[in-house]
Amino acid sequence: MSLLEARGLSIAFGGVRALEQVGFTVDRGEVLAIIGPNGAGKTTLFNVVTGLYRAHGGEVRLDGRDVTGLPPHALAARGLARTFQNLEIFFRMSALENVMVGRHLKERRRLGAELLGLPSVLRENRESRARSRDLLAFVGLEERADEPATGLPYGALKRLEIARALACEPRILMLDEPAAGCNPVETEEIDRLIAAIARQGVAVVLVEHDMRLVMRISDRVLVLDQGRRLAEGTPSQVRSDPRVIDAYLGRHGVAAAHAA
Amino acid sequence: MRPGTFSKLAILGTLLLVLAVVPLVLPSPFHLRVATLVWINATAALGLALLIGLAGQVSLGHAGFMGIGAYATALGPKHLGLDPLSSMALGIFAAALLALLVGRPILRLKGHYLAVATLGLGILVHLVIVSEVPVTGGPDGIQLPHVELLGRRVTGPELWYWITGTGVVLAAWLALNLEDSSTGRALRALHDSEIAASVVGVDVARHKLVVFVIAAVYAALAGGLFALFNRFVTPDVAGFLRSIELVTMVVIGGMGSILGAVVGAALLTVLPQALTVFHEYEHAVLGLLIVLFMVFLRQGIVPGLAGRVVRRRSA
Repeated sequence: MSLLEARGLSIAFGGVRALEQVGFTVDRGEVLAIIGPNGAGKTTLFNVVTGLYRAHGGEVRLDGRDVTGLPPHALAARGLARTFQNLEIFFRMSALENVMVGRHLKERRRLGAELLGLPSVLRENRESRARSRDLLAFVGLEERADEPATGLPYGALKRLEIARALACEPRILMLDEPAAGCNPVETEEIDRLIAAIARQGVAVVLVEHDMRLVMRISDRVLVLDQGRRLAEGTPSQVRSDPRVIDAYLGRHGVAAAHAA
Repeated sequence: MRPGTFSKLAILGTLLLVLAVVPLVLPSPFHLRVATLVWINATAALGLALLIGLAGQVSLGHAGFMGIGAYATALGPKHLGLDPLSSMALGIFAAALLALLVGRPILRLKGHYLAVATLGLGILVHLVIVSEVPVTGGPDGIQLPHVELLGRRVTGPELWYWITGTGVVLAAWLALNLEDSSTGRALRALHDSEIAASVVGVDVARHKLVVFVIAAVYAALAGGLFALFNRFVTPDVAGFLRSIELVTMVVIGGMGSILGAVVGAALLTVLPQALTVFHEYEHAVLGLLIVLFMVFLRQGIVPGLAGRVVRRRSA
């Protein structure tokens, strides 16, 4: 039994079949990369698995239990966290507060006590703040903790989302293009982060276009094309698969993949 | 603490200071009555500030909840033989219950749709009050008996000033505590991104409902206090114009600012009284002032001025 298992997921928008019979499994400490050309259905797959979209067919299992169609917050409570390709930041809050929201499920949230500002609530605020500062340090943002999130550059916001997702103490972390728009130094930083997260026993699923990154850190790679599974295997199997080269990598991509 | 805002203690201290100073500077019964109205309106505006400013949800029918509080307080003694205070408690409970029942379906709506749905709710409450003449007295309004506590009559502008003033300080204290809590952070988060809030585990629908009910309770409390203090209520208390006034208080004072809601309430309660010197141009001047405030302090009075002070200091 895998930690997270998606089986035969299908969804269509209008007449367009965005996903057809796609599945994957991932286990503790494993890094699974999902690659494929634009429009292959990678983000759609993320949105289905994390409960933002409802699949028309197929199922998602967490610890072997059927969680298909559960809302995102219920999946988060079961240990599933994610980041977004097009940043979903709480822009009216500071960097630290963004991460603190990630502690939501770990906080007790008794409305009466909160309204009265009881010492238990203040203590919990302090704990959340301390834990969130640690996570900001982990992603290299401790210096900017108290700055409003609006002022942070793109690469920092990408890492802020990772810190926020980690604040949920997830068992499965799904990263949608964590290195998109990052310079090589930032990409290397993200590379290091993902490896460290996986070492802690978290199952990592990531969508990424940076082939060097994918080849370096993934245990397995799933290739999607036009909403279907094109190939799956270890990085070396995938990068030498002629179908993958045709559909996605091309000659240039193969060079990048081998350079990794 | 959030940058650009005052700390909890500074806000409560400011409120207490104003509360203490006003009767010294303006001791006449007329001024105390106006100040009492400010505190009552501020109580309703505070609830709305949590809903609009903190959680980003609009309500254009909030006077409806004020009306429920006010009319329950007035009708309990008349029809059920209850004393006004327990009637007010019942009214607050009824408003909370209505918010809970109605909030569930309408809070699924967003932006303009939510605005129109809450607008409809407010109009509905107003309509019932106006048309159920045998029960509510209809457009003519309804008289209340004096409140008695421990066998003594609660009366006099000064006493009501202190009662409502204490009420607003308590309401602000609760609101400030909520802001600085897990629930408060979740509300601010869903204001910015419901999707991101939900994937970190925030039950968005439940949190919207919670803040909607809290806002309804604040409004019903304000309505009840108004009925007790004024000893006479008309359907205006639940009218559309009241709802708009309440929203204007929140926006002009500064959305998301607790002190702003009180300042906005003060401005919109005091200005119409002060502007009577302009006679028939009174409303035009009021409108113009609101427009000017919005043009020059778009973030609202309190955050706008606070921002300027901070900029000047750092310059």
